[in-house]
Amino acid sequence: MDLFEYQARDLFEAHQVPVLAGIVVETPEEAEQAAKEIGGVVVVKAQVKVGGRGKAGGVKVAKTPEEAKAAAESILGLDIKGHVVKRLMIAQGANIESEYYFSVLLDRSNRTFLALCSVEGGVEIEQLAEERPEALARVEISANEGIDLAKAKEIATEANFPAELIDSVSEVFVKLYDVFEKEDATLVEVNPLVRTAEGKIIALDGKVTLDENAEFRHQREQMERDQLDPLEAKAQENDLNYVKLDGAVGIIGNGAGLVMSTLDVVAYAGEKHGGVKPANFLDIGGGASAEVMAAGLDVILGDSQVKSVFVNVFGGITACDAVANGIVGALDKLGDAASKPLVVRLDGNNVDEGRKILSEYNHPLITLAETMDGGADRAAELAKV
Amino acid sequence: MAIYLDSDSKIIVQGMTGAEGMKHTQRMLAGGSNIVGGVNPRKAGETVEIEGHSLPVFGSVEESIAKTDANVSVIFVPPAFAKSAMIEAIDAQMPLIVTITEGIPVHDSAVAWDYNLQKGSKSRMIGPNCPGIISPGKSNAGITPSNITGHGPIGLVSKSGTLTYQMMFELRDIGFSTGIGIGGDPVIGTTHIDALKAFEADDETEAMVLIGEIGGDSEEKAAEYISKHVTKPVVAYVAGFTAPEGKTMGHAGAIVSGSAGTAQAKKEAFEAVGVKVGKTPSETAQLMREIVLGK
Repeated sequence: MDLFEYQARDLFEAHQVPVLAGIVVETPEEAEQAAKEIGGVVVVKAQVKVGGRGKAGGVKVAKTPEEAKAAAESILGLDIKGHVVKRLMIAQGANIESEYYFSVLLDRSNRTFLALCSVEGGVEIEQLAEERPEALARVEISANEGIDLAKAKEIATEANFPAELIDSVSEVFVKLYDVFEKEDATLVEVNPLVRTAEGKIIALDGKVTLDENAEFRHQREQMERDQLDPLEAKAQENDLNYVKLDGAVGIIGNGAGLVMSTLDVVAYAGEKHGGVKPANFLDIGGGASAEVMAAGLDVILGDSQVKSVFVNVFGGITACDAVANGIVGALDKLGDAASKPLVVRLDGNNVDEGRKILSEYNHPLITLAETMDGGADRAAELAKV
Repeated sequence: MAIYLDSDSKIIVQGMTGAEGMKHTQRMLAGGSNIVGGVNPRKAGETVEIEGHSLPVFGSVEESIAKTDANVSVIFVPPAFAKSAMIEAIDAQMPLIVTITEGIPVHDSAVAWDYNLQKGSKSRMIGPNCPGIISPGKSNAGITPSNITGHGPIGLVSKSGTLTYQMMFELRDIGFSTGIGIGGDPVIGTTHIDALKAFEADDETEAMVLIGEIGGDSEEKAAEYISKHVTKPVVAYVAGFTAPEGKTMGHAGAIVSGSAGTAQAKKEAFEAVGVKVGKTPSETAQLMREIVLGK
């Protein structure tokens, strides 16, 4: 889960990372009021989870509350790479002397944590890593030892911070690691980390990604989430693992890998049928009860682009007769709302019983497929306009 | 021989007395695994009757090893307790630790992995969030159905559980030496490379199927490893060609970020080192069939 800048700022503040005053607003009037409260020069910043907002006109400096209001008027509603600006952060201005870069992240490839740091901040870090890799210090962090003051100094030294700054930036690194560890983040990035004319080290802009698997151990205030697609929101309410795509073949399967594979196989089959594509990812997991199947079908049939549905289940732990009963229960439950053809492929545990249940049910919308490839082909054919 | 798990493996189950642990202990026993007990400090000293076996419950992993010579632990405890279960097994120097639990915070997996390294890597870890490991006809440590396939010459390593089942099903006429589900989480124990290395050294394994999916660079690294160190034939399958950027496809680790982790890049990495990649699971199975049976 990626956070908005203001959410990252609040987490930083909660862990004593030095940040500037910042107030989130949704209207030009609130922006004016916030600028008054903060006083002096402020920066009006679009809150969107996408890079390059400065270039897109999403960040403006305002010397007075009136200017802040005008800036807010021009930024709110702006479309930045497909993200419409609904909120702004009014941030206190700073006299920036130098800009640095710091991040700590999960290094999946090495199964460890990694700190990245540079005295050349404020630029695109991917670009820096590519063009001048020697300017970016990379220090491996043990998940058990983390970043203590000694480790932080090692990072600062490696990144070529001037001697007189090592102590002050190191203190900030330790606190940023606190955010990373205690909030269960997979990324904490500060770009830029700045030194002000007054000599203070401040995290000016932050990016935080949290691990959804760890949410059970955090009592967070309800956080603003990304605007979900309405079908994704509905799926989420039903605890379904669903991702909306753009095609015409609805997909239901069990297990993330098999469902991903089903999307691919449908897309290949679709090439023969005028470029038909999968409409979604939906993993109903191990259970596949009638309720889950009905909820899944309900979401998929709510997608007006869907022309056919492919149910692809390999009964490992799940028994195919339970899945078949799930489909029957779902169709009974949905009644006339179920209006698109369903291609069902069952294999594995209790497959004969499962196929028998569906044959005897003899629903006009159901086609039984012998194989995954055959089922994908039939579903793609049925979705062809 | 098989790899990591054989007919003489003695298995304990951490979390055996919970609902999932109980259900799968029963399945493993029915499939012929040698389960010698379970661990639950609150029920230490009790005995659980499963499938006609009286299984002792021990207070700790250490005790279970002392009393039974167990050399495999399968972990079913809920996500919040999985880290301490793994660390307890590492402390007891359990040779093979298979963590089935799904939804473990990645910091916890990273801590457990790092802890094992610090302790000298005395334990081989598999998972988390995986179906475990099966050497058909010999032993099964995890949740893979024991009856999909029998023993044979193919080694299988896969990030995905259901695709493992699918592939075993497709090639059930030939059979498998060992199948390992390594899991789709960002931090896992045993990797594609570890399994390839073990299969290469295993007399019973003649060829290998590798199943990958989007996210991370495990497949690219495996391709490089194959080109340098693997002489036996390998075929591969990669899931997730149609996955859009930035969306997690079910597994916590299955996400394409920027140009990294795409299925296309993984496929190209394999093909560049002469590993054939099937377009679908059944095409992949057919490639393997041609290699093993020559048809």
